[in-house]
Amino acid sequence: MAYTRAKIADLIDGKIDHDTLHQMLSTPKDPERFQTYIEILQERVQWDEKIVLPLGPKLYIVQQKQTKRWTVRCECGHDFCDWRENWKLHARINVRDTAEKLEQIYPRLMAPTSTWQVLREYYCPECGTLHDVEAPTPWYPVIRDFEPDIDTFYKDWLGLPVPERVEAA
Amino acid sequence: MNVNVRSRELEGSTRGIVRGGETLKEHRDRLMEATKRTKHYAGLEKMELRDSQPILYNKLFSRLRAGVVDARETAKKIAASPIVEQEGELCFTLYNAAGDSILTSTGIIIHVGTMGAAIKYMIENNWEQNPGVRDRDIFCNNDSLIGNVHPCDIHTIVPIFWEGELIGWVGGVTHVIDTGAVGPGSMATGQIQRFGDGYSITCRKVGENDTLFRDWLHESQRMVRTTRYWMLDERTRIAGCHMIRKLVEEVISEEGIESYWKFAYEAVEHGRLGLQNRIKAMTIPGKYRQVGFVDVPYAHEDVRVPSDFAKLDTIMHAPSEITIRGDGTWRLDFEGSSRWGWHTYNAHQVSFTSGIWVMMTQTLIPSEMINDGAAYGTEFRLPKGTWMNPDDRRVAFSYSWHFLVSAWTALWRGLSRSYFGRGYLEEVNAGNANTSNWLQGGGFNQYDEIHAVNSFECAANGTGATAVGDGLSHAAAIWNPEGDMGDMEIWELAEPLIYLGRQIKSNSGGAGKYRGGCGFESLRLVWNAKDWTMFFMGNGHISSDWGLMGGYPAASGYRFAAHKTGLKELIANGSPLPLGGDTDPENPVWDGLLKDAVIKRDKQAITTEEMFADYDLYLNYMRGGPGFGDPIDRAPQSVVDDLNGGYLLERFAARIYGVVAVKGDDGAFTLDAAATDARRKAIRKERISNSVPTEEWLTGEREKILAKDAATQVQQMFAASFKLGPRFEQEFRSFWKLPESWTLTEEEIGVPHYGSHYSMDVSELPDVKTVQFVEE
Repeated sequence: MAYTRAKIADLIDGKIDHDTLHQMLSTPKDPERFQTYIEILQERVQWDEKIVLPLGPKLYIVQQKQTKRWTVRCECGHDFCDWRENWKLHARINVRDTAEKLEQIYPRLMAPTSTWQVLREYYCPECGTLHDVEAPTPWYPVIRDFEPDIDTFYKDWLGLPVPERVEAA
Repeated sequence: MNVNVRSRELEGSTRGIVRGGETLKEHRDRLMEATKRTKHYAGLEKMELRDSQPILYNKLFSRLRAGVVDARETAKKIAASPIVEQEGELCFTLYNAAGDSILTSTGIIIHVGTMGAAIKYMIENNWEQNPGVRDRDIFCNNDSLIGNVHPCDIHTIVPIFWEGELIGWVGGVTHVIDTGAVGPGSMATGQIQRFGDGYSITCRKVGENDTLFRDWLHESQRMVRTTRYWMLDERTRIAGCHMIRKLVEEVISEEGIESYWKFAYEAVEHGRLGLQNRIKAMTIPGKYRQVGFVDVPYAHEDVRVPSDFAKLDTIMHAPSEITIRGDGTWRLDFEGSSRWGWHTYNAHQVSFTSGIWVMMTQTLIPSEMINDGAAYGTEFRLPKGTWMNPDDRRVAFSYSWHFLVSAWTALWRGLSRSYFGRGYLEEVNAGNANTSNWLQGGGFNQYDEIHAVNSFECAANGTGATAVGDGLSHAAAIWNPEGDMGDMEIWELAEPLIYLGRQIKSNSGGAGKYRGGCGFESLRLVWNAKDWTMFFMGNGHISSDWGLMGGYPAASGYRFAAHKTGLKELIANGSPLPLGGDTDPENPVWDGLLKDAVIKRDKQAITTEEMFADYDLYLNYMRGGPGFGDPIDRAPQSVVDDLNGGYLLERFAARIYGVVAVKGDDGAFTLDAAATDARRKAIRKERISNSVPTEEWLTGEREKILAKDAATQVQQMFAASFKLGPRFEQEFRSFWKLPESWTLTEEEIGVPHYGSHYSMDVSELPDVKTVQFVEE
C-alpha cells in the first residue's frame, strides 16, 4: 500500500510511528516509495542538482545541472568524484591504528586491538561529515562497496526514465 | 506436471519406496534434472494446485505451518534443558520425498537446509537399500561433514508414509547441552579436529516401529556428560516429529493425497519465485562488496590445544560480493575467504548457505513460507578448501557460529545499501552482534552430578541500528529470532553459578546517528561446584560487526575472571562485594575490592578449560550491535538519555557525539544545547584538520605492504587468502599497484600451516557420495 508523503518524511526523520513502521515491515512494499523519497530529499538539499540515487544519509549520486555528468556529492554540495569511481578515494581519512586512538571511541578493553584491526573514518573534505567507517585489518584495500546498475533499476524495475547522463571523458 | 507419479512407467522394474514406485534416488534425480533444465523447481513451470485451487493451497499451507509451530511449542516442554525449554533452541521442518523443505516452524531455522542435507545424503548413499527406510523408522544425525552446523545440533528424522509409500520426511532438531567433546559444553574450544568434537552420528537408524533401539539408548547416554538432558531432548524431537507426521496423515485423509503431493513440490517453487519477486521489489540491481573478520587468538597460554601446529594467532576472513541481476536472480561469491583451520570455527557449505535464510527471513523474505525455494533461487560460490567449505575430513565444527555470524553481518550492510537507496529505510540494518560470550564449562554441579553448562544468555545480544532508530538492546541473536536471555533463577538451577549482577553493558553498541543496541553483562559467583572448569568464547581483538554509513562497529570483547577472591571472608565481614556490572573496564572497581586475588582481565576472549573453585568470579559479557550514520547527527537528547540509562559512559558523550551534558546533584544528566552546538562545529573542524586525503594515506600504507610491516596474523590471513583466491590476490595487487616481485606465502612468514598443501575430503572415503549444493 502507498503511504502519505508525511509518513515517508517521518521515516526519513526517524520519527515514524510504531504502527506505521510495523505496517511497512510486515506488508508488501509500496512501489512508488522511491519517487516520493527522492522528491522529499530533493526539496531538502540546498542545491539544484538532481538526485539520482541516495548512497547514505548525506551522500548522493547526482546529475550535474549544467554538464549532465553524474557525480557523488555530499549534502554540503561537495562533489567527490565521477559516479563510477570509489568516492572514498577522494575523501579525507583518519585511521585509528593505535590503542590511544581507538580508546577515543571505546573504553579500554572494549576496543579492537590495533595489530589485528583498525578503524578508517572517511570524511567530507569540506564539511567534515563522517560518511563511512571501515574496520578492516591493516593493508586492506579500500572497499568499493556499491556499484548500482541504475539504468536497469530505473527503466526495467521502476518504469522511470533514466536521468540524462553525459559520461566524463 | 513433472512431479506426477510414474507408476505405469515403472511397471516391471524393482519397486522403490517413493509414492508411485520410484526409488528415492530416482525420484530426486528426476526432480533435479527437471530443475536444471527448466530453471523451475522440479520443472514446475506452472503450479497446478496453487493456480486452480488457491484457497485449498493456502489452507494446506496454513494448517501445516500452524501444525509444525504447534509441535515446536508443545514438544519443547518435554525438554529439561534450559537451552531448549527457555531459549527455544529447536526447530521442526517438513520435507517432501526428495528431502527439500516445504515449510518450517519458528526457532533455529538454519536447520531448514541442514536436515534436508542429511535426508539427501541418505538418498544419495542408498539408505533405501541398506539400512532400509520404513514406516515408523527413526534416524538420528549430527554429522557436520554432510551439512550440520555443529555437532551439538542433533537431528531426529522420521519418514512419512501413506498407504505403504514414502511421501515425505519430518525433521526435528535441538541444541543439546553437551556432545561429549574434549571439553564440556556444547561448543567447546580445546579440540582442533573433528575427533575431539564429541559424539558424531551419520544418519543412523536408531529406532523402528516408533521405538528407540536399546543399544542406541545405552551407547548414546554414555557418550555425553549430560545424560538426562540428552535423553529428554531426544524425546522432545521424537514427540514433535510424530505430532507432525500425524498432522500430515490427517491432512491427507481430509484433502486427498493428490492435493498434498502437489502442494509438497509447488510450495518449494513458490518459495523460489517469492524470493525473486522480493529481490525486485526491495533492492537495486548491481554489485555489493563487503567483508567480515574474526580473531582466532590461539598463541595465548590460556588456549591449551593438543597440537603445536594449531598454536598460532590467525584471522578468519570472508570477503563477499553480491550480484543482483536485472531478472531478480542473485549470486553470492565468497572468493578470497580463509582456509579452514585447526580450531572449531569451520562450517559446512550447507550451514553457511542455509543459515543465510535465518537472516533473510528477518528482511528479504519475512514470510512464513521459509523453505528450500529460496536456496534454489540463490547462486552461492564458496571456494572449496575455505572455512565455509572445507576439503578435509579432519576439520572441527563445534563453534562454527564464531565466524558464521561475523561473515553474515557483512551481508546486512550490502543489502541495506539497496534498501537505503530505494527509500525502504525500515529494512536497513547495520548488522548483527557477534553473538557471544559463551559461558561454558563443567564438572560436578550443585546436585553432585557430572554436568556441563552452556549459558545461552547471549541469545539476547544487542541488534544493529537501523536507518530509522537505534538497535534493540539485549534483545536477540541472529541465529534464533525467538531468542531470550532466560531467567536468572532458571540459570541458577541449571548451573552452580550465582548471579551477583546483571546490567546493560555501557558502550557495547556501536556509536552512530542511531546507535547499535547494547548487550548486557552478568557477574557469576561459583557456588557449590566441584572439580569445576569454565572457559570463554567470543571475539576479542576484532569487532566483527562494522557500522554502516558513518556508524561505528560494535565494541569488541574482553574477559574478566577472578580466582582466590577472598569473597568468603568479605561476605563474613560484611565488606563491600563486587556487584552489578564491570561498568567501565578502563576504570575497574571490583579489582580493588579483591585484595590478593588472581585476576584475568584482558583481550583474550577465547580460552580453554580453566579451573574454578567456589567464590571465584566469571563475567559473562554479551556484545552489542553496530551503529548507523554519523554520530554527531544523533539527537542530543538521545545521547543524554543514553547517559542516564546506562548505555553510554560520560566521557564519550562529548568525544564521539559532540554532546555536552551537565551532571546534576541528583546524578542525572541534562543537555547543554549551546555548548553542544559549539562542540559539534568544533568536531567538524577537527575531523578535517586531523585527517589526510585518502590518496596520501594510500601511499604510506603501500610502503608498509612493500616492507611487509604488519603483525603475523594479518600477513597469515592475506597469504592464506591469496593461495585459495587467485582473483582476490590479483585485485589486492592491482589496488596497491604491487610489483611482480612482491609475493606473500605462509612459508615465508614462518608460521605452521598444516593443511595448506595436504587435505583429504570425506568424499574420498569408500562408498561415500557427498551432495554438492554450491559452486566451488
